[in-house]
Amino acid sequence: MKDIAALEKNVPAAALTYDIDSVYNDFPILHKPIRDKELIFLDNAASTQKPQIVIDTINRYYQEENANIHRGVYYLSEVATRKYEEARETVRKFLNAASEKEIIFTSGTTDSINLVANAFGREFFKPGDEILITTMEHHSNIVPWQMICEDTGAKLRVAPINDQGELLIDEFEEMINSRTKLISVVYVSNSLGTVNPVEKIISLARSQNVPVLLDAAQAVAHTPIDVQKLDCDFLAFSSHKIFGPTGVGVLYGKEKHLEKMRPFKGGGDMILQVTFEKTTYNALPHKFEAGTPNMAGVIGLASAIDYVTSVGLEKIHAYEKMVLDYGTELLADIDELRIIGTAAEKSGAISFIIDNVHPHDIGTWVDRDGIAIRAGHHCTQPVMDRLCIPATSRASIALYNRKSDFDALASSLKTIIEVFR
Amino acid sequence: MDELRELYQQVILDHNKNPKNYGKPEAHSHDSEGYNPLCGDRIHVYAEIEDEIIKSVRFEGSGCAISKASASVMTTMLIGKTVAEAKSIFDGFQEMITADVNSSPNYDKMGKLAVFSGVREFPTRVKCASLAWHTALAAIDKSDDVVSTE
Ligand SMILES: Cc1ncc(COP(=O)(O)O)c(C=O)c1O
Repeated sequence: MKDIAALEKNVPAAALTYDIDSVYNDFPILHKPIRDKELIFLDNAASTQKPQIVIDTINRYYQEENANIHRGVYYLSEVATRKYEEARETVRKFLNAASEKEIIFTSGTTDSINLVANAFGREFFKPGDEILITTMEHHSNIVPWQMICEDTGAKLRVAPINDQGELLIDEFEEMINSRTKLISVVYVSNSLGTVNPVEKIISLARSQNVPVLLDAAQAVAHTPIDVQKLDCDFLAFSSHKIFGPTGVGVLYGKEKHLEKMRPFKGGGDMILQVTFEKTTYNALPHKFEAGTPNMAGVIGLASAIDYVTSVGLEKIHAYEKMVLDYGTELLADIDELRIIGTAAEKSGAISFIIDNVHPHDIGTWVDRDGIAIRAGHHCTQPVMDRLCIPATSRASIALYNRKSDFDALASSLKTIIEVFR
Repeated sequence: MDELRELYQQVILDHNKNPKNYGKPEAHSHDSEGYNPLCGDRIHVYAEIEDEIIKSVRFEGSGCAISKASASVMTTMLIGKTVAEAKSIFDGFQEMITADVNSSPNYDKMGKLAVFSGVREFPTRVKCASLAWHTALAAIDKSDDVVSTE
């Protein structure tokens, strides 16, 4: 994550804020009352809301621009193809990737990780090889590796965390060895909000020549990412978590890896030439995009990225930290409440439990006050087991949340604590 | 907030706090584990059945107030009933918690289970209320030879 303190030294304070009211007004759904109450949306780690401009872009695509891409010679197909490829350039710039060849459109983070697991893991892992992940991974960064391990005889190793929900970096370092063939870690934990020391992780991996995949699902909407500066080998994220439509995601991969990888899916668009004797694959990035892609989705994602960029991720990062700190303090003040995940570096989410009140009951209760939070294991069962809790409630923010959202949450929580007393 | 108060009636809150027949029994003839992958709720139901009559039912696990209270009330309902009676009680219960929100059914026949009538206002919580029942029925349906030796 960016060092905000350092940033502030170079940039005047005013430059690090944005007009929250105007941003809030960009999202139509936030203005639709829920059971006559103002919607307070605090489940952004699960999925984010969409600004009007993204909705309009998708509408316009279907009303004025729709046709299959990379095929037709007619006007509409050319428009759609151009928009689709411009979207790739938007993503490339957003991540500062070296080349558009390194940007693969997928259906989401899960799909991106599965692509690497199959096209890289299944291809190159040998019995006895190791894949290193952490205890705080989302199921989507656990299960694909387990499946590949089963098929290849490779071994999945899991680096431990402490009670605060921080990666134990010394143990992590010790687990990297000559058998380690890939390190795949979550950038920001969706269930605890922990920001992992990805720079450090990547530099440790470099010293042993191990490629690193970053699950950036919870990072992209909250912090600037520069894949060249990070020097990660792969990076995955989902459009729907950065104000774009569902069903689209991105896999960034270094060209040198992608070139060597075999396509994971076969079909149209990913080929150069097909005969029954032999098929030659298309060039990057198309060799990984079999079939008609989610064109409207990709174009919608580009519009979401343009939106985020126009607000500015550095500003979003600074603003959200202020809101998260405020919320953390407010919730920590409630005696019966315990915050789960108290890493020094946090972003986006506050997980908590309340004595004698199950997260599900909390979720139902605050919902009646118009507040949307998540209850459960957040697809991170191993980390719940590690912390010896079955589930948490989680409030997670995005650029449109306000401090007052946490005032409302805290006050609703106080009433349920009273009722369950 | 009225539906909320109806969902979280005092009886439910009390059962949640002090569940009846909680904890693993010394012996049992039937048992089953229930799991709600959506929320991570887990329940283990143990039953002692003799000649088609449910002699005892106990449960343990972790879950929300609705699932815990439902399990607790269920154990008090099932003890002494025949297996067939248990199934018909469950059918009535399931019908009640999934009834249309706009209907006004008569819950008099439901006895103690009527406290769960508010669940129908909360479709996402129906599974919480029925988890214990599904688990108990799965336990009952298991043949006698799965007796635990512990
Ligand atoms: C950290 C993390 N990784 C991966 C995923 C999976 O994303 P998707 O379901 O969009 O593929 C999520 C979404 O919940 C997540 O939070």
